Amino acid sequence: MFDSYLENTLLYYPQKCINCLRCTQVCPHGVFAEGKEHAELMQPAACMECGACVRNCPVQAIEVQSGVGCAWAMISAALRGKGMDSGECGCGGEQMSCCGGGAKESFSNREEMSTPED
Amino acid sequence: MDDDKKSSLSCSCASGYDTTSFIDLTHNKLVSELRTVTGKLTLNDRFDHFLARWGMNRMGHIVKPGLYKMGRPNADSPVLVSANYTLSFDAVRSALAGTDCYILVLDTKGVNVWCAAGKGTFGTEELVHRIAWSGLSSIVSHRNLILPQLGAPGISAHEVQRRSGFRVEYGPVRASDLPEYIKTRKATPEMRRVQFSFKDRLVLTPVELVHVALPTLVAAIILYLLTGPLAALAAITAVLAGTVFFPALLPIIPTHDLSTKGLILGVIFAIPFAISFAANPIMPLWTDLLKSLVPLLIMPALTAYLALNFTGCTTFTSRTGVKKEIYRYVPVMVLMAGSGILILVLLGAIWLMEVI
Repeated sequence: MFDSYLENTLLYYPQKCINCLRCTQVCPHGVFAEGKEHAELMQPAACMECGACVRNCPVQAIEVQSGVGCAWAMISAALRGKGMDSGECGCGGEQMSCCGGGAKESFSNREEMSTPED
Repeated sequence: MDDDKKSSLSCSCASGYDTTSFIDLTHNKLVSELRTVTGKLTLNDRFDHFLARWGMNRMGHIVKPGLYKMGRPNADSPVLVSANYTLSFDAVRSALAGTDCYILVLDTKGVNVWCAAGKGTFGTEELVHRIAWSGLSSIVSHRNLILPQLGAPGISAHEVQRRSGFRVEYGPVRASDLPEYIKTRKATPEMRRVQFSFKDRLVLTPVELVHVALPTLVAAIILYLLTGPLAALAAITAVLAGTVFFPALLPIIPTHDLSTKGLILGVIFAIPFAISFAANPIMPLWTDLLKSLVPLLIMPALTAYLALNFTGCTTFTSRTGVKKEIYRYVPVMVLMAGSGILILVLLGAIWLMEVI
């Protein structure tokens, strides 16, 4: 109740893992941790589905339906008659939304190395 | 952004281009010049950051993509990768002031690293292209790149290595940790975690406010003309609650979902208005009660909607979760706001009938 973020689309196949630890390096929420023979899934509920682990896993041991968790983008897409999942974050467009100075310009405005944009 | 600024990078570049051009043997094309940059942020840079934070000239905070050198780097100096967004690039160069290094700037269309990675512009393709285009392999003897950790959603490290020969190494999340990372080439778990501190959240409020400033002003003027200053103030308060107080108070508001947090905050801010609207001894009790219901229905709905839209700014919301929030709470928001507006129309009709 009142927590929509308990579930996500993250799937991990430890039997495929070669223990390169890339997932532990790229996850910004500590979802993965170093294990003895393979990476351990420590806190799956913390996954924000950014897709960094999937893209950097050389053996496809991780799956996730990655995308930007941005309500503005999803609602805008739905209002335009498109699927919610087709909603692209408005960062960088003149229409803009979040990422710009914001967060995710919103976090773009963070002092990330990469760096929070909006 | 004017051309002048483009070429000078809007930074304190000691604007000098190396006259040496490098030939990329793979493509047999003349590659880009090596630009010089310093770690010092000028007043102009800081003004540019200020404008960016306020969402002004959104697509104008751009750095020219390409290879930059800082200090006096040699063939063994580290190569860092960043986005061509001034805030990102300036964060890196100011953090590395005094360090001899190269910075490879990707063309992310003026978007920060994390967002650009999500969109694919800070991506494998662009990185591989930029490595070749900059002639990097002729400039450095090593084959290592230090990328921002938050660029990982757009980069496939093993793919980059396969296609360019350069090994991707993910640096820390925050630029401020770069000097330490460069020394040890190790990131602590703390460096690998993304934060969302009070300062991080507060820095987002100006642009959030700017987004809704015009419609808020229009609504406030209309409400002022129709019902008076208190209703106009209620509209402004609801927007401020959703765009300023919500981000600032985010961790301490009960519940986990942003929409419910927004609803709670909206109710708190609506209570004084409800009391004010109800405190009219001349009017019958039932109209006072109806009047007090209006802010209690409309203000929380508006604040909750603004809070829900803050999902795009947070560092932790997943698409699956946001979708759930939309399905769960948007109907509630619409119902509340719609009921509030209906009551408002009803009250207006009653008042009009009394006047007639």
